[in-house]
Amino acid sequence: MIPLSYYLLLSGILFACGVLGFLIKRNIITIFMSIELMLNGVNLSFVAFAAQWHALSGQVFVFFVMVVAAAEAAVGLAIIIAVYRTRETLNVDRVNLLKL
Amino acid sequence: MTPQTLSPLLCTIPLLPLAGAAINGFFGRQSSKKAISAVALAFCGLAFFMAVLIAANFSSASAPYSFPLAHWLRSGNFQVDFSFYLDQLSLVMLLVVTGVGFLIHIYSVGYMWDDDGYYRFMSYMNLFMFFMLTLVLAKNYLVMFIGWEGVGLASYLLIGFWFTKDSAAAAGKKAFIVNRIGDFGFLIALFLMIKHFHSLDFTKVFAQVSAWPTEVAGIGILTAIGLLLMVGAAGKSAQIPLYVWLPDAMEGPTPVSALIHAATMVTAGVYMVARSSMIFERAPTAMMVVAIIGTLTALFAATIGIAQTDIKKVLAYSTVSQLGYMFMACGVGAFSAGIFHLMTHAFFKGLLFLAAGSVIHGIGGEQDMRKMGGLRLYMPWTFTTMGIATLAIAGIPPFAGFWSKDEILWQAFNTSWVYWLIGVVTAFITSFYMFRLMYMTFGGDYRSPAVQEAHGHNPHGHDDHGHGHGEPHESPWVMLGPLVILAVLSVVGGFVGYGNRFEHFLAPVFQGATEVAQEASHETAGRALEYLLMAVSVSVAGLGWLLAYLLYSRRPQLPARIAQSLGGLYQAVAHKYYIDELYAVLFVKPVVDGSTTILWHDIDQGVIDAAVNDSADAACHVSDSVRHMQSGNLRSYAGWVAAGGAVVIAYMVWMGVR
Repeated sequence: MIPLSYYLLLSGILFACGVLGFLIKRNIITIFMSIELMLNGVNLSFVAFAAQWHALSGQVFVFFVMVVAAAEAAVGLAIIIAVYRTRETLNVDRVNLLKL
Repeated sequence: MTPQTLSPLLCTIPLLPLAGAAINGFFGRQSSKKAISAVALAFCGLAFFMAVLIAANFSSASAPYSFPLAHWLRSGNFQVDFSFYLDQLSLVMLLVVTGVGFLIHIYSVGYMWDDDGYYRFMSYMNLFMFFMLTLVLAKNYLVMFIGWEGVGLASYLLIGFWFTKDSAAAAGKKAFIVNRIGDFGFLIALFLMIKHFHSLDFTKVFAQVSAWPTEVAGIGILTAIGLLLMVGAAGKSAQIPLYVWLPDAMEGPTPVSALIHAATMVTAGVYMVARSSMIFERAPTAMMVVAIIGTLTALFAATIGIAQTDIKKVLAYSTVSQLGYMFMACGVGAFSAGIFHLMTHAFFKGLLFLAAGSVIHGIGGEQDMRKMGGLRLYMPWTFTTMGIATLAIAGIPPFAGFWSKDEILWQAFNTSWVYWLIGVVTAFITSFYMFRLMYMTFGGDYRSPAVQEAHGHNPHGHDDHGHGHGEPHESPWVMLGPLVILAVLSVVGGFVGYGNRFEHFLAPVFQGATEVAQEASHETAGRALEYLLMAVSVSVAGLGWLLAYLLYSRRPQLPARIAQSLGGLYQAVAHKYYIDELYAVLFVKPVVDGSTTILWHDIDQGVIDAAVNDSADAACHVSDSVRHMQSGNLRSYAGWVAAGGAVVIAYMVWMGVR
């Protein structure tokens, strides 16, 4: 049996990678992928706890997160395509029309 | 006439001039001058007609009448109503105010016809009548106070009628502020009454007071109320030390001086003291203060009157002096004599002012007596009527002033010969300065044109009508009519006091109060003594006349030489004893300086403004430094979120999650 701490450590590393990627990348697609990475990092800790405590609610939560993430991916990618069509760039720093 | 039928009449008397004021005030600007005059005169005249009607049906047996108009304040067992009250005292005041007021309204039509603010003037005059009638017809002190403040307002508006002139605006302000000091005393007196009598109603208060003993030590509540009422009366009736506003009030148009600052409003203080006779009689200390203030004011103001050269200023100081007589009468317990003098004074002083106005009108706005002279040839009617008024005020029998002044002096003698002596000296001075005024104005030759051309436009020209200065001319009949009527009243007005009839008529009002005075008067009562004193006062009046004749008619150069030889004393009198300057140093300057340095610079700018400005500055600085967080850079926001989340988690880990 792999100890719980290993899963949590991996989950933390995944989340931190996601945060880091979100903060330093300029490409919208990459940022988007970083968000997915964070979500999955969290998912991992959910299932790890669920397995540890033999509670199904954690796994159910993961399904919810996956569904929401899928919906988000659909909407988010649609927005990205729309942005690319109008701005012809994926650099978030140039998508600043609303900035004062 | 029963009270039921009298009641609606009485309620309409004050409301009629109010309606006139409202109509002229709101619609006067568009109306023709004839319509304005018609409205003003009709409403004022109707009020006078009503007053006469009431007087004709007045019976002493069923007096006093009282008529509740509406409820006003209800608080527990304390209540104040809008209600009117008519007894012998208010009847006299009612007739004087409406009668003299109506005459002066007629006069104003002629006097103010060419003024641009004609409708405004007529509206204010009617408004004044409303408040004055409210004052004299009030059934309780609070309604009286409404009238009291209202006449102050009307007075302010009319003194500053020519408000584009700085001196007029300042005089209005001065009158208002000085009156405020008096009103302060009046208000405190009202508070004391509420506290101790739980009522402000005349009948209720006096009923409670009458059960109280006379305060011998003079430290009780009645003395306090009496003194505070006297403060109020001194403000309104221009007594020492609050008389300073009245001479300045001559900045107003002359009909205003006649109506408000001679005949009616300034006598409100006398009326109030007489009305409160029940309180004063039980507070001998307050009575004494009233008598002393009155006596001193009478003498003090009369001496200032000697050296004035402005015709209206002479009359103003004369008014202050005569009001002093009235207070002297009240102070020695002769309330009916005071009211008697109030009435005759309204006739002859109103006439004097109107005649002075006629003179000013006739020679194109000049008020300096040194530039007049010889006017008896140009304006015989004005000369005759003013002469009658002068004889009346000087106390020459059988004119009105003789009867009332003599009555006061006799009553004063019964209390103390000191009052009498000062009163007689004042009578002498009064006679002197009034005949001086007559000789300077009407005697000799006309002095004006050369003087006026040499000096350009005169600095004292208060009643500047703007029309060119030509030959002096007699005033139109609309102005002379009131003069003649008032002259007749000044001649015969005194006879109502013949055989003490006036006193007996007013006796029911002062019934409770005069008992004390009656005792005193019977002690020294002696016909021979009374006639002796009468002879003395008449002869000093004659002496004053003679002196004025010698100095200002026979030897016109002499007064200047005398003035020169007196030097400093003359200067002091001519400058009104420097009282205005003294007040400026003692009261005005500390207040202005204190307000400027402490209240304005230190407190307002240093504390209040500073607190507001500094907090605004602080908010500005903080925002300025914090606003850089909102760069619009999405990832920096995310960074802040992450950092915030990290801090929260760190905190939870540190504290231990529970």
